[in-house]
Amino acid sequence: MSLLSLHRVTASYGASQALFGIDLEIAEGEAVAFMGRNGMGKTTTVRTICRMLPAAGTLVFDGHDLRRLPSHRAARLGIGLVPEGRRCFAGLSVAENLIAAARPGHWDMPRVTALFPRLGERRRQRAASLSGGEQQMLAIGRALMTNPRLLILDEATEGLAPLVRQEIWAAIARLRAETALSLLVIDKGLAEMRAACDRAVIVERGRTVWSGAMSALDRGVSEAYLGV
Amino acid sequence: MSRETLFNAAILALLVAVPGWALAAGEPFTITLATRAVIFALAAVGLNIALGLGGLVSLGHAVYFGIGGYAMGILAWHAQSHTPLIDGWLTLPGTKSMPVIWLVAIAASALAALLIGLLSLRTSGVYFIMITLAFGQMVYFFAISWPAYGGEDGLPIYVRNGFPGLNTLVPIQFYGICLALLCAVLALNAALARSPFGLALNAARQSPQRVECVGLDPVRLKLVALVISGAITGLAGALFADLNRFVSPVMFSWQMSGEIMVFIIIGGVGRLFGPVAGAGLYVLLEHLLGGVSEYWQIFLGGLLLIVVLFARGGLAGLIAGRRVAHD
Repeated sequence: MSLLSLHRVTASYGASQALFGIDLEIAEGEAVAFMGRNGMGKTTTVRTICRMLPAAGTLVFDGHDLRRLPSHRAARLGIGLVPEGRRCFAGLSVAENLIAAARPGHWDMPRVTALFPRLGERRRQRAASLSGGEQQMLAIGRALMTNPRLLILDEATEGLAPLVRQEIWAAIARLRAETALSLLVIDKGLAEMRAACDRAVIVERGRTVWSGAMSALDRGVSEAYLGV
Repeated sequence: MSRETLFNAAILALLVAVPGWALAAGEPFTITLATRAVIFALAAVGLNIALGLGGLVSLGHAVYFGIGGYAMGILAWHAQSHTPLIDGWLTLPGTKSMPVIWLVAIAASALAALLIGLLSLRTSGVYFIMITLAFGQMVYFFAISWPAYGGEDGLPIYVRNGFPGLNTLVPIQFYGICLALLCAVLALNAALARSPFGLALNAARQSPQRVECVGLDPVRLKLVALVISGAITGLAGALFADLNRFVSPVMFSWQMSGEIMVFIIIGGVGRLFGPVAGAGLYVLLEHLLGGVSEYWQIFLGGLLLIVVLFARGGLAGLIAGRRVAHD
């Protein structure tokens, strides 16, 4: 049974329709790469899952109809979001960012700082004064502190130095190896996504156009839908 | 030790030393002035929880200040006139016991904050300011039109209420009570700011949507902050009424709400001892300049302009030097 199920999801920004029919299934413990060119509806889909944007169609998480829930209730069901652009609480320290989001469960401060030792070293430092990579680690750590069942990573390595990107992908690999967390990953690194994810879902112009195992994502598919 | 900690310690030491100095210098009236400053500080610390931590620009905090004042006034008036507060199937007498009055003031103002918060937190920004102001004006005119408890003339109380083991008519003892309560509330404020609730509230002030994404309801966080804030301001109102032995609708006025906010802005928004410094400076200016001109607030306005333009962190920020998110 799917942990998250989206079927024929549509959504609009005012009069402008952005999603025309998104289908997406994620099973417990599965990692799904959510792919598509820029502006095709990936982040908008994430916004509908997190209830930041009203949507029509079927949006079910663990048997709960997401359309009926406000954003914070959806998060409390176990949807953790690492938003595009990091968006940490700039005025709070690293430790305070993590404590503010904490909910009981496997992930606590020692586990998060073990995953990202740099956060431990900078625990008293203001989030605003961290480097881009450290802010990204903090955004992931903060989402983990909510003890989610599904972690959504929206462009988690965008704009980061290659070494820092490696660190983030290594942390994602550890999450996959050591926990039963489901992942929905949006990223531009095709090679890294191939290594980290079980399946891929491709969207184009607000519609799901391809879905299958990572191994089935061949050159023809990627050239047709991703332009690479 | 940080400069802000030293600043806080210096203010606390000053508050503790004032009565000794006043008695030694033969200026006992200074103790009453200091009591007024401490009570105003208590009200401002209350508002600072909503404003500094929660970012709620409430222009209706005089509602809670006045409710605390009237809780004291009504209970004490029934006690002094030997008439029951409620006389029906249940008879409730008035009381002159400070702890009982405080509890009633805290409960009544917390309840008012809950009801006002449930409605006003549906809005934000300028609409929130206006709706809190509107509630303030409603309660102000209700108090004016309530003849049973003095209406526009207010309600005088002839004897100060009692506290077990103390003679509250002795200014230094009443000052001690007020200072102890201020210290307790400051300790609560400090603990609150460091607690997961305080951090989440601070985060909600920075970005309500991001807070929702981590499973927290920003409206609920702000509502709890408003209730705590209202309860503390209500307690200050009860003490203020006891200090003056008089309550009147002026306690509910929007000017009162504005004054409490001015204490915070002058002292430093979101700073632990900012409201204390602001209230102290306000009472000092009122005392010193009030003798020079009836319109001494002209100078206060000038000071407020200087603070807003050149010292956004208020007195605390100016002396402590470190900028915080609220500055």
